[in-house]
Amino acid sequence: MDMVVEAGVIKQHLIDPEICIRCNTCEATCPVNAITHDDNNYVVRADVCNGCMACISPCPTGSIDNWRTMPLVRAYTIEEQLTWEELPAELSPEELEAAGVSGASAEAAEAPAQTQAQAAAEATEPVFNSAQYGASVPPWSAAHAYTNLFPPKTPTTATVVGNFNCTEAGFDSETHHVVLDFGVVPFPVLEGQSIGIVPPGVDAIGKRHHARQYSVASPRNGERPGYNNVSLTVKRVTEDHEGDPVRGVCSNYVCDLKVGDTVQVVGPFGSSFLMPNHPKSHIVMICTGTGSAPMRAMTEWRRRLRKSGKFEGGKLMLFFGARTQQELPYFGPLQSLPKDFIDINFAFSRTAGQPKRYVQDLMRERAADLAALLKDGASHFYVCGLKSMEEGVVLALRDVAKEAGLDWDTVGAGLKREGRLHLETY
Amino acid sequence: MSTINYSEKIPNNVNLGEDRTLQRALEGWQPNFINWWDDVGPEGSTNHDVYLRTAVSVDPQGWAQFGHVKMRDYRWGIFLNPGDANREVHFGDHKGEKVWQDVPGEHRANLRRIIVTQGDTEPASVEQQRHLGLTAPSMYDLRNLFQINVEEGRHLWAMVYLLQKHFGRDGREEADALLQRTSGDANNPRILGAFNEKTPDWLAFFMFTYFTDRDGKFQLAALAESAFDPLARTTKFMLTEEAHHMFVGESGVSRVIARTAQVMNELKTDDAQKIRAAGCIDLGTIQRYLNFHYSVTIDLFGADQSSNAAIFYSSGLKGRYEEGKRDDDHVLKGQTYKVLEVKEGQLVEKDVPMLNALNEVLRDDFIKDSVSGVGRWNKVLEKAGIPTRLSVPHKAFNRQIGALAGIKMSPEGRVVSEVEWAAKRDEWLPSSEDFAFVASLMGRVIEPGKFAGWIAPPVMGINRQPVDFEYVRFG
Repeated sequence: MDMVVEAGVIKQHLIDPEICIRCNTCEATCPVNAITHDDNNYVVRADVCNGCMACISPCPTGSIDNWRTMPLVRAYTIEEQLTWEELPAELSPEELEAAGVSGASAEAAEAPAQTQAQAAAEATEPVFNSAQYGASVPPWSAAHAYTNLFPPKTPTTATVVGNFNCTEAGFDSETHHVVLDFGVVPFPVLEGQSIGIVPPGVDAIGKRHHARQYSVASPRNGERPGYNNVSLTVKRVTEDHEGDPVRGVCSNYVCDLKVGDTVQVVGPFGSSFLMPNHPKSHIVMICTGTGSAPMRAMTEWRRRLRKSGKFEGGKLMLFFGARTQQELPYFGPLQSLPKDFIDINFAFSRTAGQPKRYVQDLMRERAADLAALLKDGASHFYVCGLKSMEEGVVLALRDVAKEAGLDWDTVGAGLKREGRLHLETY
Repeated sequence: MSTINYSEKIPNNVNLGEDRTLQRALEGWQPNFINWWDDVGPEGSTNHDVYLRTAVSVDPQGWAQFGHVKMRDYRWGIFLNPGDANREVHFGDHKGEKVWQDVPGEHRANLRRIIVTQGDTEPASVEQQRHLGLTAPSMYDLRNLFQINVEEGRHLWAMVYLLQKHFGRDGREEADALLQRTSGDANNPRILGAFNEKTPDWLAFFMFTYFTDRDGKFQLAALAESAFDPLARTTKFMLTEEAHHMFVGESGVSRVIARTAQVMNELKTDDAQKIRAAGCIDLGTIQRYLNFHYSVTIDLFGADQSSNAAIFYSSGLKGRYEEGKRDDDHVLKGQTYKVLEVKEGQLVEKDVPMLNALNEVLRDDFIKDSVSGVGRWNKVLEKAGIPTRLSVPHKAFNRQIGALAGIKMSPEGRVVSEVEWAAKRDEWLPSSEDFAFVASLMGRVIEPGKFAGWIAPPVMGINRQPVDFEYVRFG
């Protein structure tokens, strides 16, 4: 995945003083002591909160589930929050722009995608909102993720130990598989987490570049097992969303790195898009392009477990979309995985002489198998890739459920509640 | 993660299976508990499937699992917060020593008394509320009532576990007695006065859960500091459940006020009779209910000077609210605190030894917390453009315990004569006519998403469910 997130932007965790009853449960629950109070309010320290969500379910009121996109430098201080009588409104796009935050990065700022208030509001709206089904909790059997060991203010250094083009050579859209080694610096990651790379130098107005976030493509014990390294899947950005030529600052920096170079890294990030550890759990992976990175990580971890005999029949199913076969990262290695290990479905939208096919088309074709998985409480669904795929994918899941006679509202709510449907699109 | 073992008859995270004697004792108590629930638990609720929160572990991910369950099948069990092997006593004469895993002989009687008193309040509130299900203003509120009921039942279990595990035959007898006393019973009442009062209607219920369950928060928080580690860990977990009870009270009263304000604006009136005629509870009645529940609740903290409180603190049995956050010596010898008394017809403050005034310290912490909550209710009126404000009465108003007991006092804190008290009583406290009026509004509304006319719908549903979710399925 090639999610562009400015490390200078946060989704700040806030408590609604109008709904909070000052019961102290959040403060008593918070594992990192991010919550404090005075006689007036309960507040969250922006520099301590790691978004672990431990405070969310014990709160009896829902007041705890509020998030605001904020430039890090303007994050509300606890002193400010303690004086509040109501929550401030979300900064307008113009205000964010003025603070140097672009619309896209504001949207991508790392945080739970959904607030309780939004969820309540959307419940009454007929418009389909795929994001409301995305879980903000990890699967019950996920391993514990470390986050923010190296926050934006104090990055660590990693050394490039590998960098190769993993798409077919000679095509415009180059995707690189980059391996970074942390030496003796602790940097534990899990499949589904991401890290930030800080490109060197300054931007047009002389400010240091902000970090860009990439999903880790290697499993928890390293790209090379037993080594303290991770791999990333980075697509060289050569045009913007409108198709105009533009050189992506970070993607070009990363794609051009040579073995032996050092890079500044922040993170790890992410505590919910995590794979289940339970040996009988099923994993359905739906991705496009570099959204394949976390899927590769999960697949590889399962492959290593299977090799060591520690697996008990959890199914792997992959829906992978790209414009052409040549653009698919990891196409070759995926082809060589045994069929009884992973059920792979490719969709190509721009193959000459063929009708366009998207991942959701393939999902509908495989409705019978997906329906069986939707009925099984051990199934987990992961979606990663371009934002435009998200709605289509969730609608396809909903239709599969409906056709199988399942009540989607129940199934969808269950998937979300149990941390079994994860959406990470950009 | 401390996982709760649901395969056992009594769900627990305390390895109950390893202590056969205790397990048998608790399994012997369990049928009596169910009998008690059937006799005086929520009336007419046996066949309902209620959307209840049940703990599967005591960590944040596990303790709030929701699903439709019959209340009688709710898995009442024994859950303690995770322990800390290095925890030390952090106040009183034993400060700096390792906390106790067993009851020290010299503190046995006092600890038993503390646990029994706390335990007695839990089933009492279930008894006080048993008729309310028949007059719920909505399905959402009905579910909240039932959630509170089952959790108060579990809090009883929490105390009974401590009694049976740590107090031998005495403990077993006390555990039995907890099921024999009954709220308001002339011959065998509950230990504390507030728990023998009636909770006749939903406004009273909301006031009770706001004020009296908030008393629970402060009492449990003080016990969560205890040097007796099993008590500290038990009460810590109870606090997470107690929060929902306070929420029901605070948001309940707030919704009553919001509805009244709405009707006042629609009718452009502040005339209590017109508001009543429109089917809403006038602000004067709300203020009188508030005066009553507040004054009865602050009595729960005990006498303003108490040698027991001093002994409990110095011996490490019961700390102050947020003991760990206070920056004094945590021994409190030689310090003083101001308490109220009446001298020559006037209220005056006098200094008393801090250790003897610890009930008053906890009461004042509670008062501060309560007052800011009333401030939040006033915000509702402020937003609606209504000039009236609610307030808590003076600390000495309508007190039955301590130096202020029996003194006649106006809500503003003026000492008044018996004659004036008699004349003004119905202005200050709910009259029989107030009770009759509020009772007249109590009709049952149980269609999903519908609410009685005297209360506004909540801002959001429970566990992110919509407000019109089927919180209770009637069997």
